[in-house]
Amino acid sequence: MDAKVLQKNLLELIRRTSVELPSDVVRAIEAGARKEAAGSNAKYAFDVIRENIGMAKVKSQPLCQDTGTIIVYADLPGWCDEKTFRKAYEKATAEATKVGYLRQNSVDAITGANSGDNLGPGSPSFHFHQASGKALTVRMMLKGGGCENVSTQYSLPDSRLGAGRDLEGVRRCILDSALQAQGKGCGPGILGVCVGGDRGTGYIAAKETLFREMDDVNEDPRLAKLEKRILKEANGLGVGPMGFGGATTLMGVKITHRNRVPASFFVSVAYMCWAFRRNGFVLSEGGRISRWLYAS
Amino acid sequence: MLLEAPFTEAKIRALRVGDMVEITGVIFTGRDAVHKYLHDGGKPPVDLRDSIIYHCGPVVVKEDGKWVVKAAGPTTSAREEPYQGPLMEQYGIRAVIGKGGMGPKTLQYCQKVGAVYLHAIGGAAQVLAERVVAVKGVHFAEKFGSPEAIWEFQVDRFPAVVTMDSHGQSLHAQVLEASSGKLKQLLG
Repeated sequence: MDAKVLQKNLLELIRRTSVELPSDVVRAIEAGARKEAAGSNAKYAFDVIRENIGMAKVKSQPLCQDTGTIIVYADLPGWCDEKTFRKAYEKATAEATKVGYLRQNSVDAITGANSGDNLGPGSPSFHFHQASGKALTVRMMLKGGGCENVSTQYSLPDSRLGAGRDLEGVRRCILDSALQAQGKGCGPGILGVCVGGDRGTGYIAAKETLFREMDDVNEDPRLAKLEKRILKEANGLGVGPMGFGGATTLMGVKITHRNRVPASFFVSVAYMCWAFRRNGFVLSEGGRISRWLYAS
Repeated sequence: MLLEAPFTEAKIRALRVGDMVEITGVIFTGRDAVHKYLHDGGKPPVDLRDSIIYHCGPVVVKEDGKWVVKAAGPTTSAREEPYQGPLMEQYGIRAVIGKGGMGPKTLQYCQKVGAVYLHAIGGAAQVLAERVVAVKGVHFAEKFGSPEAIWEFQVDRFPAVVTMDSHGQSLHAQVLEASSGKLKQLLG
């Protein structure tokens, strides 16, 4: 395998993720914009958002200056070990920062000192799995601070919400999270939700479920029904884009579940902003791109 | 509607929650370090009378000896809540631009001194950078670092929504109240 080719392709993945929204996200934004009344604050917000999406792509510059936590999933085949991948991705990250696809966005947790190249303990955040075939699959997500700060976790039962340990309790938590976020997470948002797990796996699974396509249908019919219901109800809250009031508070709800110990029942909600930057590709042996995972 | 410099009290008092404005004139960036410095008694390097402060840590680079703004979206304003109102009063700041809104203390000062909160579109770093047509100067770049410095931006038709006005109204408070009422209905 040619490490240089791998690094170059990873740099292109980072660039594309930071400057372009995949078409499924753009379609959701367009659909949201159509629901807002002409002349409203909400429509105004959508107009600026849509203009921004076009401009970032043309100028090949970050959609949002908060280029976020860099979250990376790699399914590694036999020809690429973890160490090799990590090294190539880190080099690509430093290069992407240097040329401005990423902001210098990673600081020491204690001192606040900026590493200047987005590298450091836990940055990027890597998740490795073994691939079953010969292809190397890479997915990544850039998640900004505004939306991460309004992400939240509930432990059921929750007496404030009247939420018990069942799907009705889950519904109450998710709707509450949308209310609490208001416009602070740069809505309209997309919620990734995990029912169950421990606190750590719950949040991780909640973020992973954001890799689903915006307009797909959950294969679990109970959760498909719940996603649809919550999306409709959350949009009835009237929070709207940026919290300006309006018809589009959320653009999507994606729910997954993990087994839990009988004593725990967590509902973990990962709020994603409208600048929903995630992408991925499949690399053939040698590190060349054979296909992109999300249509542009 | 156009909001053009000079940003006089009369122009600011005429604004109401929900007004969609386009700002033309010079605005100053200022975020955490600047607000704390001023609050602790530091002297401002620019005249803040009738000024607009933008909560923003921009990406600015020098190209051919000239500053060019690459990204300039708003940052979360709530962090300046302890400082903003008193600074508006002390220096005659007429407006702040940011995102996420501010709290009751700032709203009270807006009413008292004749100031407003202008909500820019979070995440729209490219559109907003495009409306910065010139960088007139920079202060404290060494002291606080580039994102925390005071940048003097000449802006042209910079878009924002008035979400807190000088008449005691806050769109954030209104939307929170209305949406909380609706959630209560949904949850029974």
